[in-house]
Amino acid sequence: MIEPRAAVPQAEQQQATAQAKVSVRELNFFYGAAQALFNISLDISERLVMAFIGPSGCGKSTFLRTLNRMNDTIPGTRATGEVLIDGEDIYAPGLNVVDLRRRVGMVFQKSNPFPKSIFDNVAYGLRINRLTTNKTELQDRVQQALEDAAIWSEVKDRLKASALGLSGGQQQRLCIARALAVRPEVLLMDEPASALDPIATQKIEELIVELKKQYTIVIVTHNMQQAARVSDVTAFFWLGKLIEVNATEKMFTNPNEKLTEDYITGRFG
Amino acid sequence: MQTTHARRYATNAVMTTLTAACAFFAVAVLVLILGYIAYRGLGAISFQFLIETPKPVGEGGGIGNAILGTLILLAMACVVGMPFGIATGIYLAEYGAGRFASLVRFLTDTLTGIPSILVGVFVYTIIVLPMKQFSAMAGGVALAVIMIPIVARTTEEMIRLVPASLREGALALGAPQWRVTTGVVLPAAASGIVTGAMLAVARVSGETAPLLFTAFGSRFFNVYLDQPMASLTVQIYNYAISPYDEWHAQAWAATLILMTLILVINITVRFFTRQKV
Repeated sequence: MIEPRAAVPQAEQQQATAQAKVSVRELNFFYGAAQALFNISLDISERLVMAFIGPSGCGKSTFLRTLNRMNDTIPGTRATGEVLIDGEDIYAPGLNVVDLRRRVGMVFQKSNPFPKSIFDNVAYGLRINRLTTNKTELQDRVQQALEDAAIWSEVKDRLKASALGLSGGQQQRLCIARALAVRPEVLLMDEPASALDPIATQKIEELIVELKKQYTIVIVTHNMQQAARVSDVTAFFWLGKLIEVNATEKMFTNPNEKLTEDYITGRFG
Repeated sequence: MQTTHARRYATNAVMTTLTAACAFFAVAVLVLILGYIAYRGLGAISFQFLIETPKPVGEGGGIGNAILGTLILLAMACVVGMPFGIATGIYLAEYGAGRFASLVRFLTDTLTGIPSILVGVFVYTIIVLPMKQFSAMAGGVALAVIMIPIVARTTEEMIRLVPASLREGALALGAPQWRVTTGVVLPAAASGIVTGAMLAVARVSGETAPLLFTAFGSRFFNVYLDQPMASLTVQIYNYAISPYDEWHAQAWAATLILMTLILVINITVRFFTRQKV
């Protein structure tokens, strides 16, 4: 059961007026000679959740990773086209990738806390970017991030303990807190709940709905119910191509494309 | 069916016994060596032996200067060798993708296999001859040269074991590459790097050949790096090839001390660099 959302008309309106936070134009992406993304054009609106769905290997994770240039770390990759964030092309020569990644945060499929204390994990981004000027401010920002990630009550008494001692679901929320601490403008989430049990997944999903009040969120998911539950806009990828972008409710009830319908109703993939 | 099971159980029993026997044999050799050194060496050890300089046969004497010399030489080798070794390892693991890196990797591997006496001759040529004198400095450099490739390759291996997801996590927070390396990768690999460094220290602390042409040896206490310096291994060598029973006993004792020294260094370093989180 998909409930109607107030946000949907807003989404359409924002897209229509080109108030996009992220605007992708004719993006192609290559792993060496193999082309992984074909001519993707897409707008992502501010303070909404956009979900990427599609079968394995369709390029949705690759596309997500083009948005903070995380693919740069893989040798032999190449992108053509434009990715504009607030109108600025992030693939322009001379752009500061380090600064970009501070503005566009990322949560990975597998939780990857640093082998440091819980506090130091969240403080890491603040420290390297020198975002706080004194210790009190640092502590406040860490607490704020942990609260935003809905994990503060579980860890407040053991901030100095190793992050590796947390459960899988807690580790993932810690990684979300770590990403939130630097207050990114866009938050990319690559199947953030795929390794979690249903209860931990539910917490993450509630969190996403909460977070979209402040952040622009893009989430890759294999789980179509999850896309339906948390997102305002859904994009369907297939074989490296963007097949359809639509308001989530419309996407899951009456998609424009036959291919989308086939995938959503489980006829393939 | 029944026979298959019986055969599997039998095979399992035989293989388990075989591997256990091999493991026992490997450890037994080590225990025998340690036990025999302790048995032969303990008798000659006294407080005097640990603090005195060598004396002529029949007058006792000790290895105090050699203990000090070995510690100084090892410290010098670490000071010179570790930064080069660890930095090379970091380069190979984090930045080393091109042809230059493959070349460096190949050369470090080759260097690891070079007989240590060649290193001694090499350092003799480049340091001892120009200075016209054997010196502790030359000895330290010779040990460092042996150390560098070992440290470089173990550092590289340990850094490669750090999962890529940790690097990506740090990069995604806006960390520049060098801060990812220093703040996340190196701490995660630290205990492995320390283990590699300790193996290198243990390896060079047993070296005699490269010191014969460089630090040479000395009968006196010496802390000056431009002077010849005593070391346990050279002392052991000199005493062991002598015809005197007293010096033989002292060589055994010095061997025991050398082993203990390595053990103590190892435990101390591990204690101070143990994983805190």
